[in-house]
Amino acid sequence: MSSENGAAVRAEHVAKHYQMGETLVRAVDDVSIVVQPGEFVALLGSSGSGKSTMMNLIAGLDRPSAGAIYAHGKNLAEMDSAELAKHRSQTIGMVFQAFNLLPRMTLAENVELPLRLAEVEREERGPRVSEAIERVHLSGRANHRPPELSGGEQQRVALARALVNKPAILLADEPTGNLDSKTGDEIMTLITEINRSGVTVLMVTHDQARAEKYARRMIFMRDGKVVSDGDRP
Amino acid sequence: MKVRDLTELAARNLREAVLRNSLTTLGIGVGVASLVAILSLGVGLQQLANKRLTNSGLFNAVIVMSRQNFRGGFGRARGTEQADSTPPRPLDEDARKELAQIPGVVEVYPEVRFPTGIKFNDNTYPTVVAGVPQSSKGSGAYDGIQGSFFSGPDAQEAILQVELAKQLSNNPGSLIGQSVTLNYAERQALPSSSDGGISGGFSVVPHEEKLKIVGIISTEPTTGAGGFGQVRLIIPLDVAEKLQAAQANDLRSVLGSSGARPNFASLTVKVDDPSQVEAVEDNIKARGFGAFSLLDASKNLTLIFSVFDTLFGSFGGLALVVASLGIVNTLVMAILERRREIGILKALGASDGDVKKLFFTEAGCMGLLGGVIGVLLGWGIGRGINFGANVYLHRQNLPSIELTAVPIWMVIFAIAISIGVSLAAGLYPASRAAKLNPVEALRYE
Repeated sequence: MSSENGAAVRAEHVAKHYQMGETLVRAVDDVSIVVQPGEFVALLGSSGSGKSTMMNLIAGLDRPSAGAIYAHGKNLAEMDSAELAKHRSQTIGMVFQAFNLLPRMTLAENVELPLRLAEVEREERGPRVSEAIERVHLSGRANHRPPELSGGEQQRVALARALVNKPAILLADEPTGNLDSKTGDEIMTLITEINRSGVTVLMVTHDQARAEKYARRMIFMRDGKVVSDGDRP
Repeated sequence: MKVRDLTELAARNLREAVLRNSLTTLGIGVGVASLVAILSLGVGLQQLANKRLTNSGLFNAVIVMSRQNFRGGFGRARGTEQADSTPPRPLDEDARKELAQIPGVVEVYPEVRFPTGIKFNDNTYPTVVAGVPQSSKGSGAYDGIQGSFFSGPDAQEAILQVELAKQLSNNPGSLIGQSVTLNYAERQALPSSSDGGISGGFSVVPHEEKLKIVGIISTEPTTGAGGFGQVRLIIPLDVAEKLQAAQANDLRSVLGSSGARPNFASLTVKVDDPSQVEAVEDNIKARGFGAFSLLDASKNLTLIFSVFDTLFGSFGGLALVVASLGIVNTLVMAILERRREIGILKALGASDGDVKKLFFTEAGCMGLLGGVIGVLLGWGIGRGINFGANVYLHRQNLPSIELTAVPIWMVIFAIAISIGVSLAAGLYPASRAAKLNPVEALRYE
């Protein structure tokens, strides 16, 4: 249990149920997983398997109907909404399939946004934004806006934004879902580099081949339950 | 999030939907402008009335009468009971000198007004003459004078009230520089009786005095407590006193105890500052005279204007309330449009409070901007009203006036109200945005 106590993420009998009319939808049903610091875990499953819901619960964007989720020892269920916001700001970095950049802001402004929310001093922001942009190899395009960038570049901006607050955990929801194969591989290479720098990565994907190539552990979900959890062969 | 970041993000968001936000801000501006225009008119009118009344000498003057004359006539004046313990005093030259010594008193002059017949071009016109001190030149009552004020305190000159001037000539302006003859009853003291009985009698003999017309005024200026008839001819007070004209209270003087020395009907005591009027009034009463001032009238005037300001201000406020609905609408629309953005902000670490503050700041920015625009617009409307009024007054040969006023407190008040109303209007949208479920918001296309 000692290793579990120091886990980056520990989910214990987590459930998330929705009431849709007469029907109770069990999006996540009694899921228990442990992710150790520095791990690169792929959460796989078909559409509707509950993997994205699980990721939202770990991010603190949603609250479980039952069970408990710990992030670096802190129980998310005991946090109020402000504490959950702080958790998302300081512990978690998120990237999405749709990139979710603010189109009217420049690349640099998008990356600076989490620093504004975390109330980081202004003089500290510039170097951190530059460092994050450099890390995703987009230094020359800091003043461009998202519509002027390719899909791959936008996802790299999203990665820079997710990393600028130096999170311990990176949650990636289908990060290559909107990208072609080559660009997808470039993004995965970047995520692998980020993981090697010590950041725990939990990636939601339905692309098993890519998961096998980059992740070190794969968890399969079906109908809201974990059906398989193991290291890559 | 820090205030500066909130403001920057709010300003950025407002710029994104520039047309809609500008129209909403303009709506607030129009609401504030109507409020400012109405209030500025109210304040301007109040200032104008106060200025006129202050210049007229009513607010820095105490009217003093003999206590015998005072009872009944002005018995309702403030605090008359207080001084009743002291014996009544005659209002004579000694009293005039005594009152002039009271601290804060700058001038004491008697009311001199008497009936007369004016001879001009072989016709006689009955009217009432009043003497006015040289200091009344600056009272504002002579601002629209045709011609000029008296050249000196003892100049043999006269100013006509326009109605009398019209009686004298079809072309009143041509009267300036001409002479009129005053036909009046001169009061001549009789020698004391040898048996030591009744003394101080006087005889009345007709007398004439020639005066040069130097000006014509359209209004009747204040010439003391008032007594009888409408004053239509004004002469310098020193000249009026020297004429020794018989006045209404002379008979009372004879029957009273003042002997041969004439009593004044009333004395006007001019005080340095209106704030000293009450103290001077009390001082005079304590000396055995009847006294009253128009301070209470001033207070009532302020009250009346406050009621009007509140009433008219409510109409302006109503426009502001309607404009605030525009803010609610704009921000609710913004929530729908920026649903996904709110989700992204929350995913990146924004708390419910941050989102609420962001929408609140946007509402506040619109309020601030709308307030500034509204004040400028309201000031402009006020200037327009001023301009229109002065064009009309100019055509009527009347002096210019400042009908509206926008004091600094009104600017601050209007902007504060604008921000306050805008923030109140932003309450619901801000709270709705803050409560948005981030997972659902992120799914929103």
